[in-house]
Amino acid sequence: MPSKQDILDLHFMGARCQLIDLAAFLDRVERHPGDADFRFEALKKAIPLLLEERPDRARAVLDALSDHSTEPAPKATFQGAFGAPRA
Amino acid sequence: MDYIEPHAHMVSRTTADYEAMALAGCRAICEPAFWAGFDRSSPEGFRDYYRQLTDYEPKRAAKFGIPHFCWLCINPKEAEDAGFAREVMALIPEFLDAPTVLGIGEIGLNKNTRNELAIFEEHVQLALDRDLAILIHTPHLEDKLKGTRLTLDALANFSALDRNRVIIDHVEEHTVDLVLDAGYWAGMTLYPESKCTPNRAIDILETHEGGRLWLNSACDWGVSDPLAVVRCGLEMRKRKYPPEAIEKVLLENPKRFLGQCPNFKLG
Repeated sequence: MPSKQDILDLHFMGARCQLIDLAAFLDRVERHPGDADFRFEALKKAIPLLLEERPDRARAVLDALSDHSTEPAPKATFQGAFGAPRA
Repeated sequence: MDYIEPHAHMVSRTTADYEAMALAGCRAICEPAFWAGFDRSSPEGFRDYYRQLTDYEPKRAAKFGIPHFCWLCINPKEAEDAGFAREVMALIPEFLDAPTVLGIGEIGLNKNTRNELAIFEEHVQLALDRDLAILIHTPHLEDKLKGTRLTLDALANFSALDRNRVIIDHVEEHTVDLVLDAGYWAGMTLYPESKCTPNRAIDILETHEGGRLWLNSACDWGVSDPLAVVRCGLEMRKRKYPPEAIEKVLLENPKRFLGQCPNFKLG
């Protein structure tokens, strides 16, 4: 099994790049005119989960970006998905 | 690296992809019936599609020495019109005796609607009536958690179902436990943006008993990679997995599940 050092050697640069990209995305949305929608709010709400001391941050982020209703929908009004539940 | 691609939509891929997969060590390809990126205008469109899956694609794959198998159904995206879906389902039995058919799939839910659920349950009954294995799609992105729960609730009503012959696909960190704890197999799909990245899939393997997990590319007409499974094998190698551990996930696990389908034979 690789050590923490091994994992850092393998994945630190990738994670660094993704973190800076996320920061730049937040700046980009805020810099542009108009209103953001529920997706932006959902993403910002999930970001603090990254700093929680827990072993399942990826799961927590996915949970935060999921529809938690339980009843089947009466009908489909479109076929796609947005990546975050409508508030 | 020898591997099985247990979920690929080769009707959407080029012949060069078959060649690349053969060069990479692919020993078998399994292709579930799916949404073609647009809604078909008549049930007859599905008849042609089932001919393509059961006749044309096996021949195309054979040119590269790869056995090609398929799963049949009407996918959930086109199941919202239940009347249309039942007309399509009426065509399926005439193809089920083809020598490369593995079972019913990929059935399931898309937007988690009542009609999708009804057609899903009718497919499960068809599989039970014909003693066939089942491959289940789970919904995309924000719909996945709810759809997985609805799927598991629906399956629980089929007391005759052998859970060891059912694979629930496209699991991620928030759904994998639901599926494995209920006794089903789980598939992890490797996509560049949605679903799992290779390293997240390896993380799931590291934190779960991996006996009922497989990897697939689900390569199709969208942004996807027909070599994703073998690339994940390479990432496992970088993470110091021994060759036998890689072979277990890429080859032995899918072989064990698919071996329950009488038509499955490895190339």
